Amino acid sequence: MKFRHLLTCLIACGLLGLSALPCAAQSESYQYIDIRNPFLRKIPLAIPLFKNQAGGPREGDSARKAVDIMASSLDFTGYFKILDRAAFLFDPQKSGVAATDINFQNWTVVGAELLITGLFEQAGDTVSMELRLFDTVRGRQALGKRYSGNTSEIRKMVLRFCSEVIYYLTGNKGIFNSKIAFVSTGSGKKEIYICDFDGYNPTRLTYNESISLFPSWSSDGQHLAYTSYKGGKPDIYIRNLADKKETVISQVGLNITPAWAPERFELAATMSFSGDQEIYLLTGSGKMIKKLTNVKGSDVSPTWSPDGRKIAFVSNRTGGPQIYILDLDSGAERRLTFEGKYNTQPSWSPRGDKIAYSSQVGGLHQICVIDVEGRSPLQLTRENGDSESPSWSPDGSLIVFNSTREGQSRLYVMTAFGTDQRRLMLLNGEQTNPKWSSGVFD
Amino acid sequence: MQKKLWVVLALLLVMPAFLFTVSCQKKVQAQAPAAPAPAAKPAAPAPAPAPAAKLDVPSFMTERIFFDFDKSALKLESQALLKKKADWLKANPSAKLLIEGNTDERGTAEYNLALGERRAESAKKFLVDLGIDAKRISTISYGEERPLDPRHTPEAWAKNRNDGFVVN
Repeated sequence: MKFRHLLTCLIACGLLGLSALPCAAQSESYQYIDIRNPFLRKIPLAIPLFKNQAGGPREGDSARKAVDIMASSLDFTGYFKILDRAAFLFDPQKSGVAATDINFQNWTVVGAELLITGLFEQAGDTVSMELRLFDTVRGRQALGKRYSGNTSEIRKMVLRFCSEVIYYLTGNKGIFNSKIAFVSTGSGKKEIYICDFDGYNPTRLTYNESISLFPSWSSDGQHLAYTSYKGGKPDIYIRNLADKKETVISQVGLNITPAWAPERFELAATMSFSGDQEIYLLTGSGKMIKKLTNVKGSDVSPTWSPDGRKIAFVSNRTGGPQIYILDLDSGAERRLTFEGKYNTQPSWSPRGDKIAYSSQVGGLHQICVIDVEGRSPLQLTRENGDSESPSWSPDGSLIVFNSTREGQSRLYVMTAFGTDQRRLMLLNGEQTNPKWSSGVFD
Repeated sequence: MQKKLWVVLALLLVMPAFLFTVSCQKKVQAQAPAAPAPAAKPAAPAPAPAPAAKLDVPSFMTERIFFDFDKSALKLESQALLKKKADWLKANPSAKLLIEGNTDERGTAEYNLALGERRAESAKKFLVDLGIDAKRISTISYGEERPLDPRHTPEAWAKNRNDGFVVN
């Protein structure tokens, strides 16, 4: 019952946060996605096999691959119920793909409210796709795009259309151009890895042969800061992802938990050279700008508000670790969390209205969200094992975190409301510290 | 005479070859045990690398001190042990001390790194207050990254909330 009540509060807050979204297309598609909780009612979406234009079995495989990427990627958002193709009264090879060729009743009768058709053509290594989104209830086309490229770019082309679909329905560009950085022990040591938004293509980034922790993306996606012991003690490394060059921040003591400021070449991080653990503002090349916190005790784990004017962070100034918010303009600090004795790892939602964090509940860490005014803390995970280290997707719709619910620590994703919790990937070793990038990769 | 000479010559030729074989065998033998050694090693608690021969470091110098959950305050028995360490450091003014702060796995990694440093620093402060030159003592925090006992039990957690000491 308590959960229900909290959820209602959050729904109201979500409404405020979302209604500010500027988008012309949104008002038209208002009825599709319930903006109070877009995951409460999933929109039934039909994605039949693409029509393989004059192609043989090899092309059929590529077309099949493309349609599967589309279904799984749109399913990943949590907004849709992807309908079972076996129920469709439709033969993609015999039917047309444009509005005039489609009998929309055949789709509404199987429950579909949205339909995506594809025309797939392949000549040698060149692929072109005509992709269309239809509103089956109104019987009209909502989107139509044509893509062409190399066969190796099928995933990229499909994801581009998925971004269009999400933009049309929500007014937000979505997550398909984002990546996730994380720590994995697959090599025997903690190293930084990067994968796509859905766990696809995990790639090892560092070969430090040491302990590497706490990755943080710059908002343009070109730099990644992290903490590593490769110099013998915990220092911050700022890597330019293009030329792989690194700058090190190596003051006496701790240099940890870097967090990039939104849209600026600056970061906040914890350093202890003064004898006390405080949060400082630094340039992206590691030069000191100023001290941000000034209270005795530990101040760690800064996270920026999306407007770059506030940080939330963890402090033990009143005993155990709790989350505080610092207004950088006024210097005013206030405590955010009051429930529970151990609240850490704050992550500020890109929508600005909520902060996710991990809270010790009955001896285990669980992911919670709280609105920035400190009202309505809501526990999102309840599984056995620790769930830690939440990080928001760039559109604020999903949260990635690590959990030991299946034994070893692995990465999981859930919606901002705690629904649709699933494992992101299976990888050797243990995975921790996931950090979602902005949607800037292509 | 000639026969004897042949024998000597033959020996001269054969002997080095024999020696060569022996030395070869030795080389192989010497290499063989070196390879599996690291695999066997992790089972035993890794002893601190032997300090320079001149310093005879008593075992209490590397004995750990332990903490309560999310605490960096020194317990009474820890203070007693640190006093012994301070006396020895005074008697051995060339010795330096590295204090490593560790935590158990139950907190979260970021905060634990900070907690580990506070644990190491509180032991350092205590030694400095007893008259040890702060320049002789360095600290590092490993947070929850290097547990003494990798199990997930209350006993393991109690062991892992510690300061380790390295003398050099």
